[in-house]
Amino acid sequence: MTLASDTPKDSFRLSMLIYDTRYRSYTIQFIVLGLVMLFFMWLVNNTITNLADRGKDIGFGFLWSRAGYDIDQQLIPYTNDSTHFRALLIGLLNTFAVAIAACFLATVIGVTVGILRLSNNWLVARLMTVYVEVFRNVPLLLWIILTYVIFSETRPVPKDYKVTDEMIAAGQAPKATMALWDTVAVTNRSTNLPAPLLDRPLGGFDFLSIPINLSVLATLAVIIGSVWFNRRLLKRAKAIQEATGDRPTTWWKSLLILFVPVILLLTAMGLHWEYPVLKGFNFQGGYSIAHSFTALTIAISLYSASYVAESVRAGILAISKGQSEAAYALGLRPNRTMNLVVLPQALRVIVPPMISQYLNITKNTTLGTAISYLDLKGTLGGITLNQTGRELECMMLMMLIYLVISLMISTVLNVYNTSVKLKER
Amino acid sequence: MSKSSFVRTAMIAPSLPPASERGVIKWLRENLFSGPFNTILTLVAIWAIYTLIKGSVPWLSNSVWNAESLRECRDIVIAQSGEEATGACWAMVRVRWNQFLFGLYEVSEYWRPTTAFALMFVALTPVLYYGLRRPATILVGVVSVLLVLALFGLGTDSGHILMMAAIMAVLTAVAWIAPKRLVIVTILFPLIAFYMLWGGSVWGPVGTFVGFAIFALVWWISQRFVGVVVAAAVGLIAAAIWWGTLQTAFTTALHTAMPIELLYIRSDDFGGFLLAFVIGITAITASLPIGILLALGRQSDMPIVKTLSVGFIEFFRGVPLITVLFAANFMLLYFLPPRTNFDLILRVIIVVIIFASAYIAEVIRGGLAALPRGQYEAADALGLDYWQAQRLIIMPQALKISIPGIVSSFIGLFKDTTLVALVGLMDPLQGVTKVVRSDTAWKGIYWEPYLFVGAIFFLVCFSMSRYSMYLENKLKTDHR
Repeated sequence: MTLASDTPKDSFRLSMLIYDTRYRSYTIQFIVLGLVMLFFMWLVNNTITNLADRGKDIGFGFLWSRAGYDIDQQLIPYTNDSTHFRALLIGLLNTFAVAIAACFLATVIGVTVGILRLSNNWLVARLMTVYVEVFRNVPLLLWIILTYVIFSETRPVPKDYKVTDEMIAAGQAPKATMALWDTVAVTNRSTNLPAPLLDRPLGGFDFLSIPINLSVLATLAVIIGSVWFNRRLLKRAKAIQEATGDRPTTWWKSLLILFVPVILLLTAMGLHWEYPVLKGFNFQGGYSIAHSFTALTIAISLYSASYVAESVRAGILAISKGQSEAAYALGLRPNRTMNLVVLPQALRVIVPPMISQYLNITKNTTLGTAISYLDLKGTLGGITLNQTGRELECMMLMMLIYLVISLMISTVLNVYNTSVKLKER
Repeated sequence: MSKSSFVRTAMIAPSLPPASERGVIKWLRENLFSGPFNTILTLVAIWAIYTLIKGSVPWLSNSVWNAESLRECRDIVIAQSGEEATGACWAMVRVRWNQFLFGLYEVSEYWRPTTAFALMFVALTPVLYYGLRRPATILVGVVSVLLVLALFGLGTDSGHILMMAAIMAVLTAVAWIAPKRLVIVTILFPLIAFYMLWGGSVWGPVGTFVGFAIFALVWWISQRFVGVVVAAAVGLIAAAIWWGTLQTAFTTALHTAMPIELLYIRSDDFGGFLLAFVIGITAITASLPIGILLALGRQSDMPIVKTLSVGFIEFFRGVPLITVLFAANFMLLYFLPPRTNFDLILRVIIVVIIFASAYIAEVIRGGLAALPRGQYEAADALGLDYWQAQRLIIMPQALKISIPGIVSSFIGLFKDTTLVALVGLMDPLQGVTKVVRSDTAWKGIYWEPYLFVGAIFFLVCFSMSRYSMYLENKLKTDHR
């Protein structure tokens, strides 16, 4: 009779590397590692041979030579005499500009659409369903190009805005007029917006060759200070309410704290607006925003909003009906129920897909290439690459930057996920 | 006894609810005008719909289908409905129809991609209706009839039409007599489609097929001795030896003996929806198995395999598809041995497969993670080995859970095929539309081509998402 304790002696035989599950995993991993290393060695070897064949080397020194091309949207100063590295920075900032604007718009539109899709209103719910389905099932590239084409083909040319003396005499209206009380002009070239100007600016300085505007900094500081004071005020009011049962009136104090300092500061600096004016063949003055930016932002926002809407809808539907019924039973009103019971739980479901949607938006900004928007892909991976012929370095650097951005966003996502995870015991 | 008391002997017929509580009015009150806010919403929605209709209906109803240029279209619209009228110029789609579908593909060979497309449905039949005689026959029959009609429409020569009709008739008969046998078409389809699309000598694909057959044979013989994974490696080595050394000699010999060939089509001539479908379908079919393997690798207990899988998945999910496509365009030249000439479409397809499989892997990992631990333990308790457990217990459940995610990845992938235009291929959206819009006859046209391309993409993607919903319902086995 064999007993369970009669285990065979553990003498190691070579065949155990294949047949024994304890050792087999080591064999497999060893082989896999070997194959992968061989593969990479092969790649590196090929690359070295190819580079030698073409008489090239690997080096990032080209980043410090003169770029020599113009970029029409620049958030920090840049001329064609600047370096390729500067062009890279401009591209990166342009990427962020579109990404941030599109994330913001997509969230606003998406949340609205997601809630409206669940509304009792039959017509609105259907309309929103159509919107979501249409935008989700058609490629983003089509929306980007279509928006761009509509902007540049259907908007009037600048000279249509021209009002000459003969036209006034004949009582003729110009072919096109500026929108919003003559402040905004959308031509087939760009969108022209009024720009804020200061009579007595606070000046600025250069930090790492990036100009810092003190006036903007001061305004931001004042706004942040006001918000902080307002929060302290509300906290105090709440404390008084909890101690005495009476809540002191705060609304006019809040308004005062929030708005008066900013307005005082801006008047002291002499804020006025510079409106775009037609001079010669195009509008001068104010901000001129290229259609590539506008179209890219609008298209990405509308497209991603449909995804955001779906995740918002899924999040709200994921909260069981019992939760809101319990809240009603406690006597909470519908909007308090939404704010205090449903939303805090729904956010747990909504936010993770939302953050990964932000990640997608950031990656999708690369599609701006199709309408010649000069983002990171357009500068580093486009013109710089073509001018210097350093494909390997440019592509690797560009992938690395996108990878870092993605990993940063995923880190934020993971931190959020761990912080809201249901604490189970 | 006075008869003054009154006792009702019949019930009064129930009166109707008040007018505001029934019929259309009730529905309107409840669904459209239930409060001030809802009323405002309804009015805004009605206004939006009205603007849409007002803008699009006259434009659509004035559509012109027969014209040679945009100017001619405009003239016809003005002649029909007055100076201010606008009208859609679908004549552009009519004139450029073939280019939208096939790009620059050889005109006399249009029957080849069309047949390949029809055969795809035949190949799909066993997947959709395995062993079901009636639906399989109906599907194959309908596809056959449509194929013959399409070939007539494309002006194919009658020889090819007759041949295709005969082949499709045989396939329909097979579907009726032995529906399970259609699996052979499914297995052979990739090679058949490749040969139909690119052409050249018939012996090239045959040689490749022999390689796969060697792989399968070696794997089948050796797997009972050395286990599944090692057997796969051995089979792969055997097949590689065949492909690397023997195949060329074999195919050249056969080609000189029996030269059977179709006109060779260069990859540059592929375009339009043909290109989108070739890239999309290949990538969809190939990325699923690779994605499954990657997901298993990521869930594996072996640290090296796990790290490699995680690195691969996170890298490809972290970079935009365009950069990967450009890398395929610029960097692959450096990574491959000198003077390797690699077809651009093939490069793009490989890159798209790799990219998509990273996304699929994450979706399937979600499905694997959602399975209760008990399932894995039960499989172990039954004494199943790793691959048996995956095949019989884990994967069927995990895949079922991840169907919505997988299909939405597929939809995303199909939509992303439009990006290949940015590396110089002629996809329907950027490539063909750009060509059409830069033609002097159609200069200034923008709504029509984009609406047309968008409508086709919408049709494909929307039906995919509907099919996934149907599948989800069909496979739902929990009774909740």
